[in-house]
Amino acid sequence: MLKQIEGSQAVAQAVALCRPEVICAYPISPQTHIVEGLGEMVKSGALARCEFINVESEFAAMSVAIGAAAAGARAYTATASQGLLYMAEAVFNASGLGLPIVMTVANRAIGAPINIWNDHTDAMSQRDCGWIQLFAENNQEALDLHIQAFRLGEELSLPVMVCMDGFILTHAYERVDLPTQEQVDAWLPPFEPRQVLDPAEPVSIGAMVGPEAFMEVRYLAHAKQMRALELIPGWADEFRRAFGRDSGGLLHSYRTEDADTIVVALGSVLGTIKDTIDEMRRDGVKIGVLGITCFRPWPLAAVRAALAHATRVVVIEKSLAVGLGGIVTSNVRTSYGGSADAVHAVIAGLGGRSITRASLARVFAAALAGTLEPLSFLDLDGALVERALAREREQRRSGPIAEGMLRDLGVVAARI
Amino acid sequence: MFQVRIHGRGGQGVVTAAEMLSIAAFLEGRHAQAFPSFGSERTGAPVVAFCRIDDKEIRLREPVREPDALIIQDPTLLHQVDVFGGLARDGYVLINTSRTFEAIGVGELARTLRAERLCTVPATELALQHVGRPVPNVALLGGFAAVSGRISLDSVAAAVREKFGGDVAEGNVAAARAAYEYVRNEMREASHAQAD
Repeated sequence: MLKQIEGSQAVAQAVALCRPEVICAYPISPQTHIVEGLGEMVKSGALARCEFINVESEFAAMSVAIGAAAAGARAYTATASQGLLYMAEAVFNASGLGLPIVMTVANRAIGAPINIWNDHTDAMSQRDCGWIQLFAENNQEALDLHIQAFRLGEELSLPVMVCMDGFILTHAYERVDLPTQEQVDAWLPPFEPRQVLDPAEPVSIGAMVGPEAFMEVRYLAHAKQMRALELIPGWADEFRRAFGRDSGGLLHSYRTEDADTIVVALGSVLGTIKDTIDEMRRDGVKIGVLGITCFRPWPLAAVRAALAHATRVVVIEKSLAVGLGGIVTSNVRTSYGGSADAVHAVIAGLGGRSITRASLARVFAAALAGTLEPLSFLDLDGALVERALAREREQRRSGPIAEGMLRDLGVVAARI
Repeated sequence: MFQVRIHGRGGQGVVTAAEMLSIAAFLEGRHAQAFPSFGSERTGAPVVAFCRIDDKEIRLREPVREPDALIIQDPTLLHQVDVFGGLARDGYVLINTSRTFEAIGVGELARTLRAERLCTVPATELALQHVGRPVPNVALLGGFAAVSGRISLDSVAAAVREKFGGDVAEGNVAAARAAYEYVRNEMREASHAQAD
């Protein structure tokens, strides 16, 4: 059924259609509307046979989800930014224990400086935690990925993080096609756990493992993720047949067939990139974009094949590995058969900075002209940086950087 | 693609207005995307929300920098925020005020735009009268339907009912109708004045 609703509501309704049995909730922007929506559904009875648990922190949220999943319940939670960091220890435990929890991460920057706006630093900080990480391009995909995530996670006994851009998607009203309960029931079988805390058949979940088997347990975690790479494309096909939509999968290519320049990105910025590419294509530029839907496991072979004929690659990424450059770019370089110098990292949109067609077109043009640096920062205010550096040169006690920059900028509320 | 930018202050329903406009467009079978200019909104602070309407899927996620229409919910923003920034030369402007463009200090700018696409409507007064609260957002959507012709008043009413329901919805629908009629009259008078 077509609906014009907020992204968070679309996700809440999709999660409800998956019949979760335990939802752990702790509020943090921009995720809050999702669990609020689910809370209302549990309270009204629209979502039956589900325990909605208000917890005292994100650490508790993930810990309760672990307990619920260990008891054989289908468990869901959502978080963002500092909330994800705060639960990090439990996040590793969920995957280490092989518990198929589904969690939405409404992507948001990490402080300091404190910032509530969108980028991918939160999800990227947990990229090696053993969870499957999927990134949604729009609200329809966010909705669909949640339905896929429960099946994927439960089949493999692995937790799944569905990442959607905070505010840009969570707070956007757009058209979504909401499936029926019958459709979802037909697609998603009831949760049959491989391990369950059952008094009738006692087991320990979380036994201490020494050097004799720790490596083997970790190896199996990796092997399961490699297995996910094999299964995900087939499930995307099956999803298309059941729901009539292309959602999920490992990658999505757009106008890359004859492209010698391929842009790589994750999440909602793909839409703006596609519009930019359409404009450049009208001028005869052979450019396309590769969207990474599945970031963990990293689809190395699929990315390599998708980039095989590209002579240059431009990675637009909303996170920064301080001291290195691009996180996604580093992954892309491992998959690119050509010279590593042909892969450019463009750090963009940090802390909610708008990524516009005009700025993207400038960067792509620079790439075509051969003038794009290996690492660059989209729309970086160089003058602002220079003033802060000048302060540091001029005096030892140059003061807090963030405050100094805000003073240099003056009132920003008056800008659009 | 038709792009609308709504300016107002926290508490005036700016974000809700963009959302309702997107629902109204959706109900007419079109694609629509509404989103706020994200920030730590608080009551009284300047707030911006956007709505794009198109006949095909909308993929673009950048803020609306070059709007085809502006809805200004609070005229005190006119000299505080660059509300007219990027407005198309043939763009539509609807301002919540009972005063004239000259009186609110934008007469000069108004003369550079198409007169029949500029309207004012006392939306706060209409909201007080019909809703009992000074929330001008829905009345302005009624006025926007009249000045732009891009959306029908019935779709606005249906969107309001979907969003609110009950007495609040009916009061707002009445305010939207009153604003619609007000703007239609204003446009008729403007076209007569031009004919003279």
